[in-house]
Amino acid sequence: MSMAYDAEHPIPMPPILWDNKGFWDGVTKHELVFQRCKQCGTWLHPPRPACPRCRSFEKEWAPSTGKGTVYSFVTYRESPHPAFKAPYSVVLVELEEGVRLVSNMVDVKPEQIFIGMPVEAVFDDVSEGLTLPKFRKVG
Amino acid sequence: MSVMRSIKNKAAIVGIGISSFSRDSQRTELRLACEAIKVALDDAGLTTEDIDGLVKQTDDASDEHAVTSSMGMGNLTYFGECRWGAAPGAMVMRAAMGVAAGAANYIVVYRAVNGSSGRRMIPSMRTSGQMSTSDLLQWTFHAPFGHMSEAGRVAMIVRRYIHEFGINSEQFGWVPVVCREHGAQNPNSMYYKKPFTIEDYRKSEMVVEPLRRLDYYEEADAAAALVVTTAERAKDLRQKAVYVLGAAQSMVPETEELNSYYRRSISGLPETAQVGKKVFSMAGVAPKDIDCVQLDDSYGPFVPMQLEELGFCGRGEGVDFCNGGNHIRSEGELPLNTSGGSLGEGHLHGMNHLIEAVRQIRGTSTAQVEDARLVLVASGAGGPASGLILGGK
Amino acid sequence: MVMEYNPAIPLLRPHIDLDNQGFWEAVKQHKLVFQKCKDCGLLVHRPRPMCPRCNSTEKEWAPSSGKGKIYTWVNFVYANAAYPGIKVPYLVVVVEMEEGVRMISNMYDSRREDIYIGMPVEVVFDDIADDLTLPKFKRSAA
Repeated sequence: MSMAYDAEHPIPMPPILWDNKGFWDGVTKHELVFQRCKQCGTWLHPPRPACPRCRSFEKEWAPSTGKGTVYSFVTYRESPHPAFKAPYSVVLVELEEGVRLVSNMVDVKPEQIFIGMPVEAVFDDVSEGLTLPKFRKVG
Repeated sequence: MSVMRSIKNKAAIVGIGISSFSRDSQRTELRLACEAIKVALDDAGLTTEDIDGLVKQTDDASDEHAVTSSMGMGNLTYFGECRWGAAPGAMVMRAAMGVAAGAANYIVVYRAVNGSSGRRMIPSMRTSGQMSTSDLLQWTFHAPFGHMSEAGRVAMIVRRYIHEFGINSEQFGWVPVVCREHGAQNPNSMYYKKPFTIEDYRKSEMVVEPLRRLDYYEEADAAAALVVTTAERAKDLRQKAVYVLGAAQSMVPETEELNSYYRRSISGLPETAQVGKKVFSMAGVAPKDIDCVQLDDSYGPFVPMQLEELGFCGRGEGVDFCNGGNHIRSEGELPLNTSGGSLGEGHLHGMNHLIEAVRQIRGTSTAQVEDARLVLVASGAGGPASGLILGGK
Repeated sequence: MVMEYNPAIPLLRPHIDLDNQGFWEAVKQHKLVFQKCKDCGLLVHRPRPMCPRCNSTEKEWAPSSGKGKIYTWVNFVYANAAYPGIKVPYLVVVVEMEEGVRMISNMYDSRREDIYIGMPVEVVFDDIADDLTLPKFKRSAA
């Protein structure tokens, strides 16, 4: 089962700003990229102006393998917003690169989700002008 | 000029005022604030002319100048605003520093919310019209995935806590049960005479798994205020002074507001641990010396986590500590939230926990702990935090 | 000349709450009232939850004579610095009422050249919309 949306209510659009634009440009092209510090190679998410490890402002958008495991998850039994139809789950995925990403599963029921479940990224063109990275179970 | 080494014993709380908790106060927030301040002033035996400092929570809609022009205060020389759920401890610290530094003589700390009835003032726009960076994080990377409610954000962290320590989530129920028992004895409480049992808790519905409705607070209308002055001036006032022995605020790497998902471990409350270290060392006491705790129970599962971080029990032992409720009842070895807290008295963003700490030291609580001399208050679990150790002479 | 509102732009309506309700209900009835403390008699404007003199929360709405003098004024001439819903130029005045309180308002139909600080004025009521009446001022006969 995948996330069900209410067509009458638009999904809240992520505000795109200079610091996070590279992530969303990648997602639109169905690529999962994360900020990586050019100076020390640290992968960073969420995106930010400078690297907390070496304080460099130089960064690049590096492609992720898209593979990871479920680190944590919640299941909404009541929807907090009219766009989203409950019940649905929200996962926190830990990617191989070490960063974590909040997302949704596709084709997986809430009861089937478990911490440690291997997943890989897919892309959902949910509406006009909005693609979201989501995850499916591997294996 | 010598530098003050610590705030310990320099300041005291000398007056308190708190409204009753309700679902509809039938008053504006500004009125609630003024009324609570009036009660606190009367309690302290002071007048509006004595007040020369105001400290409030950043998002509190009752601006300092609205309070002064409604209450007829005179000249003010000190202000402070504190943010987040950590505000209560931070506000007392801000006021204590103000009087200790000689910037003001009598400082009022206040908070007023119509969280339930929603009779709120229109929130003012930030001058730039832009979202804060914290809002940006949530709207950019969480909201499009339906991760939007406060309970949902907390649930993500609670899930890891359950996973890493093999917790049976039904055991979380002892905190709300005991807080409600305490609140049921408190005539001011939204739940006066309305306790519930662990069976009621177990039967209650999941809202955002793993959180049940009874695991977290309901919105309420209420207000509270207190008066802070120097330890010297406190001696001349009518109430037993409650001294600030330790005070601290806290933020650690990758702290977010209930969204600290991106650091290595997300199953603890490192901000609370940092507060604990600082306040215990400042006060020169240890967890075993504390007679009573007032912890942030806006989300019940944060209570066992705070007990662990503050050193009252070991990592992962918090839920067992609360199991059955005996340790945390007012007769137990570590009484918790004795006026009810957010879960059992009502939600005033941690201010009522502070007021109750003062009552415990004065001996005027509705669930009085015998010989309560040292009380620890912790605010802001799950984000930037703060804490106080308060004590009698 | 009378103030003109731009129909394409929403009117700015006062935020009415429990503390100021009495003032606005009276305005709707074409009456000007001010908050008066029931315990010590102090008159205040703007409305507030407590009397600043004696801290009582008991209040009543005392009728005003409606007469006062211009205390200070501004003339909005540049559209970008004014509210787009109101056609420039328009006058905003602070009137000191006979009762001693001051209030912000507009001149109903005066021209900038005709007003001055100290000018005697009296209140009139402008029913701008079904749900919006505002007190405004005209030069007083006296």
